[in-house]
Amino acid sequence: MTVIDLKATEQIATRQAFGDEIAKLGRDNKNILVVDADIGSSCKTTKFMNEFPKQHINVGIAEQNAAGLAAGLATTGKIPFVSTYAVFGSLRMAEQIRQEICYPNLNVKIACSHGGLTPANDGGSHQAIEDMGVLRTLPNMTVIMGADYHSTRKLVKQAAEVYGPVYLRFTRDTVPVIYDENEEFEIGKAKHLKDGKDVALIANGDTVHLALQSAEILEDKGISVKLLDMHTIKPIDREAVLECIEIGKIVTVEDHNIINGLGSAVSEIVAEQGKGVVRRIGVQDQFGESAPYEKLLELNGITVENIVNMAEEIL
Amino acid sequence: MESMTLEELKKKAIELRETAVTMVYKAQSGHPGGSLSAADFVTALYFNEMNVNPEEPEWADRDRFVLSKGHVAPIQYAALAHKGFVPLETINTLREYGSPFQGHPDSKKCPGVDISTGSLGQGLSCAVGMALGGKLDEKAYRVFAVVGDGECQEGQIWEAAQTAVKYELDNLVVFIDDNGLQIDGTTEEVMPNHDLEKKFQAFGFETKRIDGHSMEEIVETLDEVREAKNGKPKCVVCNTVKGKGVSYMENVVGWHGKAPNEEQYNLAMEELARGLHA
Repeated sequence: MTVIDLKATEQIATRQAFGDEIAKLGRDNKNILVVDADIGSSCKTTKFMNEFPKQHINVGIAEQNAAGLAAGLATTGKIPFVSTYAVFGSLRMAEQIRQEICYPNLNVKIACSHGGLTPANDGGSHQAIEDMGVLRTLPNMTVIMGADYHSTRKLVKQAAEVYGPVYLRFTRDTVPVIYDENEEFEIGKAKHLKDGKDVALIANGDTVHLALQSAEILEDKGISVKLLDMHTIKPIDREAVLECIEIGKIVTVEDHNIINGLGSAVSEIVAEQGKGVVRRIGVQDQFGESAPYEKLLELNGITVENIVNMAEEIL
Repeated sequence: MESMTLEELKKKAIELRETAVTMVYKAQSGHPGGSLSAADFVTALYFNEMNVNPEEPEWADRDRFVLSKGHVAPIQYAALAHKGFVPLETINTLREYGSPFQGHPDSKKCPGVDISTGSLGQGLSCAVGMALGGKLDEKAYRVFAVVGDGECQEGQIWEAAQTAVKYELDNLVVFIDDNGLQIDGTTEEVMPNHDLEKKFQAFGFETKRIDGHSMEEIVETLDEVREAKNGKPKCVVCNTVKGKGVSYMENVVGWHGKAPNEEQYNLAMEELARGLHA
């Protein structure tokens, strides 16, 4: 397991990883289609569109139709990736995803950019803080957010290879590259970044690098940290969470409302076991507003400082 | 594709009506009104037009059928049962646990159901996706969608319609069951549709309005659209009567989603049988 030195690494938005990987996948498999709803350029599907115009469908500003259309395409053996912003892909399309994709269990991927607080200056209307929670409650749905460029590419590829509905969430903003490009990822299997015995940090998506930095600070203070990148929150890696329960002290970190996202998914398992303590760091059940991304993270306590404090507090 | 005479089709439509009403009576739940208004063109599609194979329900080259107004599942189930997709005795299990005949069509449970439907306004998008998939694969199959007039109040119908036109889906045929009634009253009272034929025409469909209970007109229309490879999706707006064939149900809003009691059921069967032997 190679984790690159964060200080030296480059920064790339994970939407770019989607754009690069889907273009590669489209070349290898003509059944892979992209269904866009007018924002292909910001969702990074332009490369796919230019290379494979016949595999690209743009329905215009009509997301609900995009979901239903993708369902129909999937019944004919196609593997459609519906690409839009996370707030539209999870909420405006929610019922269409439920009725026409998850209920008949069709092979449609919902691939969304602008996840979490990352559409920062667009304001609260465009920040997707409840998307993973909404889609996590739908039977048959898999919910994924990669932590960096390389993991996202691998997870997009895996999503195309497994049968069934998958929700993939990407960042608009850049995040540091954490993994080596040869690292392998498996849907439903957490990435163990550090093994420790005092406290467990479980993070996903654009917060993994914050948790990684926090872990280093904690270790400098003599605290032994277990760190998981829980890229798939459904199906969650139960075994990995049970290992954290053995440690007993868990801090979850996510760029999502603390209700119904990663923190909730982990807490459900902890509650069922009847032992262990969880502290959830994430969006504090409040809408964002136009502000720099860093500022929004700070306002919600999604910071290295807060992760370190929270970990020390529950020890 | 089997072919039937007009007389045979008319009789089959009555048989399907009898089966649909029997299903709803036995389940004491379901939607008879819209099942009866759609009965004639559904019969023509399954017994005279669509290239489907009950032995191989998922045959890749089959014509597709999407019941966007999914609550009238009993008429589709009647067609599937009479066609041999499921044993005829299954009609006794409508809305029962484990039945292929769920309250609304379920593609995971019922052979011959090409996609689950029931939430109004969504089926046409699925049909457009199927038709587009066929075009991309250069397949000859066609997609038939049945849409309610009340359902056209959903905005997604028009999103789907504009997409069908953009992608030149002349392998898509939309039947509008224009019976003029919905749960809360007439469509005029609840939300006027104005002229659905003109609306679809304005979107770029090739359209036609017919008497949805005239088997002659239905068959003639299907003959016309079969060969029309002009890049335009087709829309057939059918003037229909909700509850058609059962006197006390005809044009009565209350029969949208209500089961008949024993006396009403016997009367319905009597009236339908009279039609059968007319």
